[in-house]
Amino acid sequence: MNILSLKNVVKKYQHHLAVDEVSFDMPEGCIFGLLGPNGAGKTSIIRIITSITRADSGTVYLNGEPLNSKHPAQIGYMPEERGLYKKMEVGEHIMYLAQLRGLAKADAKREVDYWLEKFEIKDWWNKKVEELSKGMQQKIQFISTVIHRPKLLILDEPFSGLDPINANLIKDEIYEMKKKGVSIIFSTHRMEQVEKICEHIVLINQGKNVLEGTVKEVKNQYKENKFEFKYEGTLPDNFNEHGNIVQESPGEVVIQLNPDESSNDFLKYLINNNTRINSFNEILPTLNEVFIRKVKSI
Amino acid sequence: MNKLWLIIKREYFTRVKNKMFILTTLLTPLAFALYLFVVMGISDYQSDDLRRVAVLDKENILNGLSDESNVNFKFENASLGELKETYKEKNYDAIMVIPPIKNIQDTRLTVFYYSDGALGLDMRFMIEKKLQKSIRKYKIKALSLDAKQLEALDTKVSINPEPIDDTKADVSPMAAGVGAAIGGMMGFIMYIAVFIYGMMVMKSVMEEKTSRIVEVMISSVKPFQLLMGKIIGVGAVGLTQLTIWAILIPGIAFLMQIFFGFDMSGSEDLSTAGAEIDPDDMQAMVAQVTTEIKALNWWAIFPLFLFYFLGGYFLYASMFAAVGSAIGDDLGQGNSLTMPITIPVIMAFVIMVVVIRAPYSSLATWSSIFPLFSPIIMPARLAFSPPWWEILLSMVVLVATCVFFVWLSARIYRVGILMYGKKISFKEIGKWLFYKG
Repeated sequence: MNILSLKNVVKKYQHHLAVDEVSFDMPEGCIFGLLGPNGAGKTSIIRIITSITRADSGTVYLNGEPLNSKHPAQIGYMPEERGLYKKMEVGEHIMYLAQLRGLAKADAKREVDYWLEKFEIKDWWNKKVEELSKGMQQKIQFISTVIHRPKLLILDEPFSGLDPINANLIKDEIYEMKKKGVSIIFSTHRMEQVEKICEHIVLINQGKNVLEGTVKEVKNQYKENKFEFKYEGTLPDNFNEHGNIVQESPGEVVIQLNPDESSNDFLKYLINNNTRINSFNEILPTLNEVFIRKVKSI
Repeated sequence: MNKLWLIIKREYFTRVKNKMFILTTLLTPLAFALYLFVVMGISDYQSDDLRRVAVLDKENILNGLSDESNVNFKFENASLGELKETYKEKNYDAIMVIPPIKNIQDTRLTVFYYSDGALGLDMRFMIEKKLQKSIRKYKIKALSLDAKQLEALDTKVSINPEPIDDTKADVSPMAAGVGAAIGGMMGFIMYIAVFIYGMMVMKSVMEEKTSRIVEVMISSVKPFQLLMGKIIGVGAVGLTQLTIWAILIPGIAFLMQIFFGFDMSGSEDLSTAGAEIDPDDMQAMVAQVTTEIKALNWWAIFPLFLFYFLGGYFLYASMFAAVGSAIGDDLGQGNSLTMPITIPVIMAFVIMVVVIRAPYSSLATWSSIFPLFSPIIMPARLAFSPPWWEILLSMVVLVATCVFFVWLSARIYRVGILMYGKKISFKEIGKWLFYKG
């Protein structure tokens, strides 16, 4: 069951076509990467999903239903540029945002207490937001994003500006949410984060969907038959006829095998020639490489 | 609706609980009290420095000079030279020499005042006035004029307005003055309110845009709800502040009268300032003014003033919000965009000043109906009981314009708050009106 489906969504701002017939599906309960370079249209897509703006044409389905006014309450959105009312006190602020998302006052209080305790910041209740450091403020922002227990979480560059400890904290929270069955859209242009966290991705470039699938599928789609192995002893004399040597150093080789050569055959060949193999593995392209290749090709 | 209420509450309470707000609200009446205290105190103040002045009046022009509380005049017969030597022993501070009047037709006379210290302005004016009076008497006598006849020359004319229709209530002479004062005050309050609270709304919108909290808010509430919540919340703050002032300021003025016995009606200051007002007349005037004030139809004026306050505030606050949403970060653009809003307000104020002097003119009629001016001008006219149909028309036009402007501003606001980095011109803002949701 897909929690989110976009079908031919179009959004135009005056002369700029921000979203160009974008369609993709997001399976329920996964961590979904919404990727793309700056200005690709990610934020425009997110704003349509969160009902901040309306699509010019096309449909967005949440839980199988076309987007309606009840849906925003089921979504938690943390924008990339996120802010807080500086002069408000932390507790009061989160309560305010929680109630705006539909929580009753008593429920909001309970949830705020729960989260402040979880993050070990209970004594911040009466602190003014402007007294907090950026990392602390981001914790507050995160709490206010999830406090109404949304089914779909949209995080736009959630780690930007965070130190490693706080970044880890948020990452752990994301995993915990996933375990509870929350579907999470993770929007970023930092590919190294995506590889670690996401299961499914969609790559948007110039308003179009240019790539979609699980991380594994995408990497396999773009693999280049590269292999890396570590050895002891000597290499067979004509081993470089089996492919292009990408990198070679004492005891290590990265080789791009010829199209007709299977990895098994090559391994057999090396072993038969008495090269002592310590490790042998396929090198899949990083999403970063895929991203660059895909974006540059247009 | 619930969300709107939440926003209104937050906008209201964050401001009302703010220390600066409480301070300003309470200190302004106190500042006013201090002002009253100082003005009243000082105008009553006369130097407690007792001056003793020796007067040399060889020709006996003055025929004596009455003492004041801080000046004693003593006429001496010695010569100036002698006095200059002995004045200190005799405990004098100054010597005043009255020269002979050679030509009675001469309207100028120089009197010499010899002293060590400087002669303060207050003292100087007081003495000059006394001398003027005495010399006038002298001249009347010298020219053998009949003093009584001369007094009869100046006739103080006062017009007593009466309605032609006998059934209408009599209008006292003070009506115009009182009307002007009350009207001017109400117009002024409106003028200030539009600026203070309108700008408060604009500043808030800009802050939300700069701090980026607006994106978070917009994911939970509609832009229109945020806009209206803010405008209503700030409006409530304005009403609260004005109500507190409306109670405290007259209250303090009243208390000051009781405790400090400031006699507002018979102040010495007025007579020494040259306004030839008989104290009895003064009392009568005050009594009339009070009656006039009481006679005004407060049951109608008060709600109407409230109506115009709200109408004017909503009208201008929504415009300020729209501009605020366009500016956001770039404070430099601020002036060029806020000017078109402030110009009608200032114009209205200027016109009001003219209108209260001619409250039944066609300028008054039309400017109190024109919606950008009416919130300031109609309240000023209310003290003059304008025709009910004019008031009604003005109200209807104001409401319609208000609704239209709020709608217009909302359309600009919802685009402006998410728009960053673009160069903002009126052309650009105009485009926003047509952006789809």
